[in-house]
Amino acid sequence: MKRVAIVGMPNTGKSTFFNRLTGSNARVANWPGITVDIQVAKIPLDGGTAEIVDLPGIYSLHGSSDDEMVVCRFLEREPVNLCVVLLHAAQLDRQLTLALQLKALKLPMLVLLNMADEAETLGVRIDIAKLSAALGSPVRLISAKYGEGFDVARQSIESLVDEHPVAARAAIPSHSAGTACLGCSACTTDALSNGNGRVDALDRELDRIFRSAVNAPESLPEHLTARLDRVLLHPWFGLPLFFTTVFLLFELVYRIGLPMQDWMAWALDRLKLDLLAPALAPAPALLRSFLLEGVYDGLGTVLSFLPIIVIFFVVMAVVEDSGYLARAAFLMDALMAKLGLDGRAFVIQLMGYGCNVPAILGTRVMRSRAMRLLTMLIVPFSLCSARLQVFVFLVGAIFTAWAAPIVLFSLYVASFAVAILTALIWQKRYTSREPMLLELPPYRLPTPAHLLRQAWHVSEHFMRRASGFIVGGVVAIWVLTHFPTGVPAAGPETLAGRLALLLSPIFKPIGIGPLLSITLLFGFVAKEIVIGALAVIYGSGQAHLAGVLAKNLDWAQAYSFMLFTLIYTPCLSTVAAVRQESGSLRFTLFAIGWSLALAWFTSFLFYQGIRVLA
Amino acid sequence: MSLNQVPSGHAAVIREIHAGEHLLQRMVALGLRRGRKVFVIRRANYHGPLHVRVGMTELMIRRTDADSVEVAVDP
Ligand SMILES: Nc1nc2c(ncn2[C@@H]2O[C@H](COP(=O)(O)OP(=O)(O)OP(=O)(O)O)[C@@H](O)[C@H]2O)c(=O)[nH]1
Ligand SMILES: [Mg+2]
Repeated sequence: MKRVAIVGMPNTGKSTFFNRLTGSNARVANWPGITVDIQVAKIPLDGGTAEIVDLPGIYSLHGSSDDEMVVCRFLEREPVNLCVVLLHAAQLDRQLTLALQLKALKLPMLVLLNMADEAETLGVRIDIAKLSAALGSPVRLISAKYGEGFDVARQSIESLVDEHPVAARAAIPSHSAGTACLGCSACTTDALSNGNGRVDALDRELDRIFRSAVNAPESLPEHLTARLDRVLLHPWFGLPLFFTTVFLLFELVYRIGLPMQDWMAWALDRLKLDLLAPALAPAPALLRSFLLEGVYDGLGTVLSFLPIIVIFFVVMAVVEDSGYLARAAFLMDALMAKLGLDGRAFVIQLMGYGCNVPAILGTRVMRSRAMRLLTMLIVPFSLCSARLQVFVFLVGAIFTAWAAPIVLFSLYVASFAVAILTALIWQKRYTSREPMLLELPPYRLPTPAHLLRQAWHVSEHFMRRASGFIVGGVVAIWVLTHFPTGVPAAGPETLAGRLALLLSPIFKPIGIGPLLSITLLFGFVAKEIVIGALAVIYGSGQAHLAGVLAKNLDWAQAYSFMLFTLIYTPCLSTVAAVRQESGSLRFTLFAIGWSLALAWFTSFLFYQGIRVLA
Repeated sequence: MSLNQVPSGHAAVIREIHAGEHLLQRMVALGLRRGRKVFVIRRANYHGPLHVRVGMTELMIRRTDADSVEVAVDP
């Protein structure tokens, strides 16, 4: 099979191009370092199939962070028929270096100058023929986001693959010779000794090519980004503005998502009462209970959260594509430095508010192991969308409509607070001195088509999870609460009841009753199961569940339960990601142990504190 | 004089970079290299990073890292 690799600096639109070329849904964001792993998709090309490979962005072939190493290893080992090099058309004054380095690998190359739209507004004009002659490979100007020039680029890929039917591996010159080496550890020490010299040689070539082929204005007109930055990066108002924005976005998700969730729950309940229950009436009682109060109630309650989750991720996509995240890194860097971290760690943590797993993988952009570990230690405290569902649900059931958003927001504050506390306590053990250099890209807006695709992608992912292990968890809970038969469901004589008795010494002091403690056991796998489990345990449809809960829980118990849910391990996938990225079982166990202990003590202090006060 | 000492709103030309391999590579990749003109746009409070523009690229750089960039004031 033919293989085409997409290489380029971070944030140049490689994944955008990859998505357009292959119809995939790779993550795109206006933040350098979004793709940290190899993504592959197959497309029909030239009568056969070709494998298109989207790679993480690299600053140079001498990079040494883990995401850059992924690319180096790939280029070292995998033969390719074509290397598509994506460069930001308006930033050729620095990005051409990478093209020159790649040229030395002697792979068939196609250079795509992306963001033609931005280059044009900035008044950058490029002599394609001259550039192509200088680089010794075809060059095309495109806009991966809006599609301009895309068809031509696609045809070029096709004909170049055709011209190079045999895949070739990168020709890696010996290290001392010098213009190109992959970021292998062998060469970094070497390169150090003649560092400035080698850089200068490449520099001169770059300047020569740039001067002859590119016409860029000496000074830029005052553009929108500069004007926005004057406000958003204001020395005094910048941070308050950022947190206000975050708060308003949260309000937006909540205000739109909540009513939609209610409608969804109502519709699912009607479906059960009017259609399913009568249809199943002749079935044996145990089977009926299994299907209706087990599978349907459990899954239905989880499904009612689909709208709020979709809205949440669409809003998140707008934020990620806006470029505001890079500004957040700028505004927060000084504060994060006090915690032994940097602005990037803050953004990674913010991304964790969507889902912890990609955020853990996102730490690959950090070179220092200590800083990576410290970041991995705090990311799991980010209140991810799965935990948000549990909280929206409980808060709606226990608190008044007036207090609910405030309580919910207090959990976000708590999530920040534990992360800060953790970093403060452990920064001495994970000290690092990593330079912090980050591009601040222009502000951008996502296209409506991108948002639609994102919404679709989120729904699909959500449904896949729901139909997979969430069903499994719900069924397991039903079995535990309904066996042995002949005793009251979910009573103390059932399997669940006996298990809960064992756990009670741990959970009683923090105000978590026997049945709730069972849901926490399952919540270790995934937080969505907690909601499904609550529905099964309290054995009533979605619309009534809230009422049942309110009768069985007082607000202090509910809040203690939520604090515990927030702080103890997020889910099995996150644990697996930490294990994989840290490469250390010891660190993984430590991270789990620390969060469990912190969860218990926080809930304990809260619950006993309230008891004393009340 | 180092980049860190350039007042906000002013430009300077890079004369030399005194940084280790990793930082040097990153700086070069982001456009900070000998002979380039850097414009310091602003500084974040509490000893936060500098916001600079070099060529067509805007970037943030910590003050300690900016210290390793030796510059001459733009005539
Ligand atoms: N204006 C404009 N923006 C673009 C274009 N192509 C991509 N973008 C935007 O550039 C940003 C980065 O796009 P990505 O596709 O995530 O870039 P990437 O190269 O995969 O980035 P990494 O995975 O971090 O290396 C996103 O905000 C895109 O919407 C384009 O042609 N024009
Ligand atoms: Mg990408």
